[in-house]
Amino acid sequence: MQPVLEWQIASVTAIRAETPQTKSFTLALPQWMAHQPGQHYDVRLTAPDGYQTERSYSVASEPERVGVIELTVERIADGEVSSYLHDVVIVGDKLEVRGPVGGYFVWGIELGGPLMLIGGGSGVVPLMAMMRHRDACKSTIPTRLLYSSRTPEDVIYQNELNELARKDRMLEVIFTFTRQAPAGWSGYKRRIDRAMLSDVLGPLGGSARVYVCGPTLLVESVADGLVEMGLPQARIRTERFGPTGK
Amino acid sequence: MISRGFSGRRRPADVEKRLPPGQYLTTDFPVLSAGPTPHTPLDKWTFILEGLVQSPKRWTWEEFQKLPTQTFTVDISCVTKWTKLDMKWRGVTVDALLEAVQLLPNAQFVMAFSNGGYTTNIPLDELVKGQAFIAYEYDDKELAPEHGGPARLVVPHLYFWKSAKWIRGLRFMERNEPGFWEALGYHIHGDPWKEERYSGD
Repeated sequence: MQPVLEWQIASVTAIRAETPQTKSFTLALPQWMAHQPGQHYDVRLTAPDGYQTERSYSVASEPERVGVIELTVERIADGEVSSYLHDVVIVGDKLEVRGPVGGYFVWGIELGGPLMLIGGGSGVVPLMAMMRHRDACKSTIPTRLLYSSRTPEDVIYQNELNELARKDRMLEVIFTFTRQAPAGWSGYKRRIDRAMLSDVLGPLGGSARVYVCGPTLLVESVADGLVEMGLPQARIRTERFGPTGK
Repeated sequence: MISRGFSGRRRPADVEKRLPPGQYLTTDFPVLSAGPTPHTPLDKWTFILEGLVQSPKRWTWEEFQKLPTQTFTVDISCVTKWTKLDMKWRGVTVDALLEAVQLLPNAQFVMAFSNGGYTTNIPLDELVKGQAFIAYEYDDKELAPEHGGPARLVVPHLYFWKSAKWIRGLRFMERNEPGFWEALGYHIHGDPWKEERYSGD
């Protein structure tokens, strides 16, 4: 039996700009419960005349951080809720939320590894919850993140990712840049393709659990590639956002 | 609770009244799936009615194409909050399929099942009388794999996870049983107008 998810009023306790287009909001919850890394929360906004709208955002924080959740929100051009969160909300504001929601695109150390995380753009957010959880548990499960961004300034959590990779020899973070790479960059400078997948996945072996999150076209192409490489469907979990692009 | 400084984006009243609570209007066709998109060759595709029926009925793709089709223009709401208006499908009603079998009197619920292992449950009386169909065309084109092609169930009056992609059959049951998302915290029924998103709503 699943618990009933009630709406609750969270307090915004911190806001951090991650990139020009993304901000992280720390919310203190009166009825906090531990989420599974990868789950999301619903946010509901209400206008004075009673008009309401809702959106879902992935939790970026780890469940070991008790009492609060962090949501990282990308500003969508013309986004009704994301532009409100970016332009209006300040520390001390209240937000109506409920969660955690979603029980498939989730990973915890009890599931084991090796773990292959593949993210595009803000698709890295639920993957970050998994990495932070893994780190908080001092897990040594072999883990790799392949993270596709358009430009260096679009990389969310850059410093934290560098720090995690530096201190943990069982974790590797591999970046690829699709529009513009940093000066002197010797790594990947293209969209994720089959060759890149087999390079990156190779060291983890054929038994890896794979989580792919990002824009639809990236997820479709990566998931198709993984299936062609012989990974069992059941070990590939996906979360897509945005239009089909067709 | 009123959200400080939020006025919201209003749509014309005729659009607004077609949006279930908490939903927003989209003109895209977003894709949501839990895993890779299956690609079934049409000569390997079959569709079956099974479970509480006198004898099961199976169609090949070629046979299925000979069933009478209708076009349906319907509004669709996804539990992830988007609603898309006037989506135009072509397909076969569940009523037309049921003409090929004799249901047993204790058949009350249906488990739709798909290539890739996806399942979702729906009460039988919500699939009949033109309420649901198996679609293989969207917007006058064959249904794309990422949208559930070659064929998907469409149950417009329930959240879109009930409209199983890559559908391969319906199993008739006496008791209601949770499908894939229903066992993972989503509502057993899923009516957008009652905002039945999650278990217990």
